[in-house]
Amino acid sequence: MSTETLTKTPVPEPAAAPPRVNAPRRGRRSRKASLASHAVLIVASLVALFPIAWLVFLSLGPDKDDYLHPSRILDTATLSNYTFVLGQTNFLKWLGNTLIVSLGTTVIGVLVAATSGYAVSRMRFPGYKKFMWVLLVTQMFPVAVLMVPMYVILSDLGLIDTYAGLIVVYLTTAVPYCAWLMKGYFDTIPLEIDEAGRVDGLSPFGTFFRLILPLARPGLAVAAFYTMITAWSEVAFATTFMLDDQKYTLAVGLQSFISEHDAQRQYMAATAVLIAVPISAVFYLVQKNLVTGLTAGGTKG
Amino acid sequence: MTVAVERPAAPSGGDRGRRPGLTARLKNGYQKHWYAYAMIAPVVIVLALIVLYPLVRGFYLTLTDADSLNSARTIGVNHIDATYKFIGLDNYADILWGPTSYDRFWSHFIWTIVWTASCVTLHYVIGLGLALLLNQKDLRGRTAYRLMLILPWAVPTFVTVFAWRFMLADSGVINTTLDAMSLPSPSWLEDPLFQQIAAILVNTWCGVPFMMVSLLGGLQSIDSTLYEAAEMDGASAWQQFRNVTLPGLRSVSSTVVLLGIIWTFNQFAIIFLLFGNTAPDAQILVTWAFYLGFGQTPRDYAQSATYGVLLLSLLIVFTSVYRRWLNRNDVSAAI
Repeated sequence: MSTETLTKTPVPEPAAAPPRVNAPRRGRRSRKASLASHAVLIVASLVALFPIAWLVFLSLGPDKDDYLHPSRILDTATLSNYTFVLGQTNFLKWLGNTLIVSLGTTVIGVLVAATSGYAVSRMRFPGYKKFMWVLLVTQMFPVAVLMVPMYVILSDLGLIDTYAGLIVVYLTTAVPYCAWLMKGYFDTIPLEIDEAGRVDGLSPFGTFFRLILPLARPGLAVAAFYTMITAWSEVAFATTFMLDDQKYTLAVGLQSFISEHDAQRQYMAATAVLIAVPISAVFYLVQKNLVTGLTAGGTKG
Repeated sequence: MTVAVERPAAPSGGDRGRRPGLTARLKNGYQKHWYAYAMIAPVVIVLALIVLYPLVRGFYLTLTDADSLNSARTIGVNHIDATYKFIGLDNYADILWGPTSYDRFWSHFIWTIVWTASCVTLHYVIGLGLALLLNQKDLRGRTAYRLMLILPWAVPTFVTVFAWRFMLADSGVINTTLDAMSLPSPSWLEDPLFQQIAAILVNTWCGVPFMMVSLLGGLQSIDSTLYEAAEMDGASAWQQFRNVTLPGLRSVSSTVVLLGIIWTFNQFAIIFLLFGNTAPDAQILVTWAFYLGFGQTPRDYAQSATYGVLLLSLLIVFTSVYRRWLNRNDVSAAI
């Protein structure tokens, strides 16, 4: 066996497995059991959907106490909260900030991490185990470990309240994580491709850039997407390091509504929906690949 | 990391049986592996600059009495130099054995353990249950159920927590419903015990989809002939579950449980956003360290950093033990 990671990797598209033709007829399972399955799944789906559906519903109510009197909303439902949030608040500014920070983190993180992922997937160099261990330990850093020293260092460098400062901070989690995730993806690319490249006279770098990297595009996309999502919804660092409300990310801006608008919860709800809908839509579009990437890497998500 | 398989670094790599001298080995190693080192160099450099350096500096802070009053800072145009001093291991001693150490550290430590254990257990049990239901081949609407059930994963945590705050508020929809059913309607966001229950509830809601999807992937990779064989032998559903499903899920389970433990242990957003600074009893160590460093005045940088170092040590010890336990039980996890 060539590698253990390869053998225990689930088939990339499990859903696409060929139908089991000669599988025993599980239809023997009683009608009752099937009904019970559906009942449980329906209840679970309702539990999963309800909080978000409720949020959307509340965001239509024009009064700040409507969340306590949901029945009022039925008659007075309006989209005015959305026009207010889009037109009268810093929402678009915050969206721009969030995009700058999360895209910056993603691009730098993926670029820096790609070659490492390949190196640990293909090469067994002295120090390999230590390197993997460092990647794993860095991934599980509690925020609190680095927050204080980061704050001190960034304020020394004058990077508090800057996009660059926040990007640097997010790279601490993005880089080891991307390297780890991409190692998992490179492991699924057959070694024969590398060998063929080497036989044709490519250097290891040539093999990587000209053969493997193009093949690994889905893996890169998964790493990029996860990094982006993580940076998009990070709260602790963003709260601490961005002080000016023109620099807030969405995660911080949403909270600032509490004080700034005197607990105007209808606007908070509308903002939350505006944040959640696009990112959830993207998530749904790519979720199949995400799951594959996760199980292929067998690591964090 | 149990993948101890030698892959040929390069077809041209000259590896003879004889063991050359040290310098020759180094030289040989360099020639053979220099591109591996070149490839990991960017990550090593980045990590050294943005992780190692802050970590060393943070560790130094734990040996001082730094807070926001004596650290270097700039007020307007005036720069004030740092005046904190070196106090050795006093911070550690104070946190672990100091006069109010139970109230400050150990009570949060116990709650963190309870929180992690109950959340991960709930994640795993519910996730596995749903994955098993979704894995039935002849179930109608499997894809639709799956899509609905991963919704909590798709929505950013800080948004879901807001949704839950609406629902858990004193006269929010949950208490209204409980009231209508003549059940007691606790004050979820104020009562210490119910704050803890609410935190576990919300975190469970957020964490189940990841477990469900990973375990579903694991279930689908189990060889279906094993079930056929078990059925031929007349194994009951429970026996099949015990003897085919659970062993088949072992490596996925061990990985996701470890990740779940680490994430839950470090879960910041849910507790921070659900209660802010209002719930001293529901703060886990991570949010408590944040509170010490940034949530109060003066900010106690030294103690916060000390909590950070303690947390990191806890996680490293835990992961090592877990890995050793896995190795002893012959399970290969992705660590």
